[in-house]
Amino acid sequence: MGMAFEGLESFYEALAVAIDEAGPSGRDAMLTRLALVLANELGDRDKALAAIAASLKASEDPPSVPLR
Amino acid sequence: MRPAGRGELESLYFDYPHFEPPVRDPAVVEERARVMIVGAGPVGLVAALALAREGVASILLERKDTFNDGSRAICIARQSYHILERIGAVDRFVDKSYGWTTGRSFYRGRQILEFRMPHGADEKFLPMYNLEQQYIEQFLWEAVRESGLIDLRWQSEATAIDENPDGVTVSVRDPKGDYRVKAEWLLAADGARSAVRALCGLRLRGDNHEGRYVIADVQMEHDYPTVRRALFDPASNPGRTVLIHRQPDNIWRIDYQLEDGEDENTALSEAHVRAMVGAILKEIGHDKPWALEWWSIYSANTLALDDYRRGRILFIGDSAHVVPIFGVRGLNNGLADAENAAWKLARVLRGEAGEALLDSYSPERRGATLDVFANATKSARFMTPPTQGWRLVRDAALALAVDHDFARPFANPRQMTPYTYSGSPATCADEDGFSGGPPPGAVAVNVMLGDGTWLSDHLGIGFTGVLFSPRAGVAAAMGAALARLDPRFRLLVIGAGGEGVLADTDGRIARAYGAQPGSFYLLRPDMHVAGRLLHGDPGRLVASMKTILWGKEA
Repeated sequence: MGMAFEGLESFYEALAVAIDEAGPSGRDAMLTRLALVLANELGDRDKALAAIAASLKASEDPPSVPLR
Repeated sequence: MRPAGRGELESLYFDYPHFEPPVRDPAVVEERARVMIVGAGPVGLVAALALAREGVASILLERKDTFNDGSRAICIARQSYHILERIGAVDRFVDKSYGWTTGRSFYRGRQILEFRMPHGADEKFLPMYNLEQQYIEQFLWEAVRESGLIDLRWQSEATAIDENPDGVTVSVRDPKGDYRVKAEWLLAADGARSAVRALCGLRLRGDNHEGRYVIADVQMEHDYPTVRRALFDPASNPGRTVLIHRQPDNIWRIDYQLEDGEDENTALSEAHVRAMVGAILKEIGHDKPWALEWWSIYSANTLALDDYRRGRILFIGDSAHVVPIFGVRGLNNGLADAENAAWKLARVLRGEAGEALLDSYSPERRGATLDVFANATKSARFMTPPTQGWRLVRDAALALAVDHDFARPFANPRQMTPYTYSGSPATCADEDGFSGGPPPGAVAVNVMLGDGTWLSDHLGIGFTGVLFSPRAGVAAAMGAALARLDPRFRLLVIGAGGEGVLADTDGRIARAYGAQPGSFYLLRPDMHVAGRLLHGDPGRLVASMKTILWGKEA
């Protein structure tokens, strides 16, 4: 599942610009609204909850290991 | 820069030669040249060699008395090895350099991506090779010395230029005095701080990106394959990026990003560089001794001239464009500029083409620069996010990449593929009906043949026609018509075998070119496709080639 990388990259770039446009004070609210809009578009409760879990897990610091 | 107590040219692995200025008669104050090239870095040296391959002599000026002071541009791409092969210099490069296909990206110490650059048995060369710039210059200089057509003058500087409709008069200064050279054409290969560009009153235009990097070389016994490593947010440089490359002679390149607002002088002090490099080496598990060799600073810019040609002056390499390092296109695009300018200029000088052919130089090579800008800007934003928005999405992609495949391609530096000269005046419009194969403007596809050679080994030094299984008599007629336009024209007949036919027994060449019996490709001296016919009237391509060489009015 997921979209082709080119589509994802367009989204990535638009998101970077939008975060800057929202500014430091509006950033959290904008990202939260975006998450709700996307969850609604996803139309799948389990997938939406799994997305929250995935984004939460990725925010934890991965353990540091030698780069070999 | 080098550690305290060592001179600028006291390298741990490279013996710098010292070159004397030319021996000349001081009474002669004016000379003539067909072509003068200013700057004997890799780009100027390749331009001189590419002209010499065409039989054109040149005077090559170099301000310094030796090769580049440090390793600088170390990544040479496959297409550049084809250029080096065409100018007869590639063997030394293959012997000394380290080829590579693989890169690994790490986020906070965890590998998030291993990428392989496109490669296969049909390619003669690997996607990328690492070699210090001093060796690049030395090997090219050795080829220059053997050529006999290149008058390389060290310690010689262009101090003034006078542009005329039929040439450029260059004032030259060397330790013995001043003189003038009336050149029919001038190639400016004198780098990012080009004196020729300044003398013309021209400026590069574009953007300066955020982010500066220290580039440092160390010598050490370090057990790791030739794999480019990119470390995002490592403990040794928190929040920033580190790049690591292996080079010959046990030299390793460590590039690390500076903190925003960090003082440049402090960052470049030996103590600071040693501390940073030491921390990075510790993080990658290197616990044996290392010696600091050389370091410098770099900032990511996308700058270019509006036009790479001004009358009788062609700008090649960094004098025309400065690009970010992440796509490794500075040197590689410069070498392509040099060859592109040389094969066209040689034909104009020999009376085998009109100046119209040179009108295609700037659109083709500036187009390649703008393509690099688009890709390098992507890489620069990922390596060195310019604002909070770009940083948040970058960090989100990196964090997700630890466990999720979908986020990993963001960390791929996408080191570039050769640029296609679509719509260039030096290519033909494509013909309908091809289901595959390289379109006009693209680099010709290489194919490994049954006898262990590659298709690229069979191309001529002029235009090459590749004709697939022609009907009787067609080959001879076409060959004769095209040889009248280009005396160096070579016709390559591809077929089942027989006298004068390149055997394509399993049909692999035909498949790679989407060819049918009677199909024809016209390749330029730089291996780009000029035009092709599926099975049309060969006369049409003869007319197109005439337009490429002489322009629409011919």
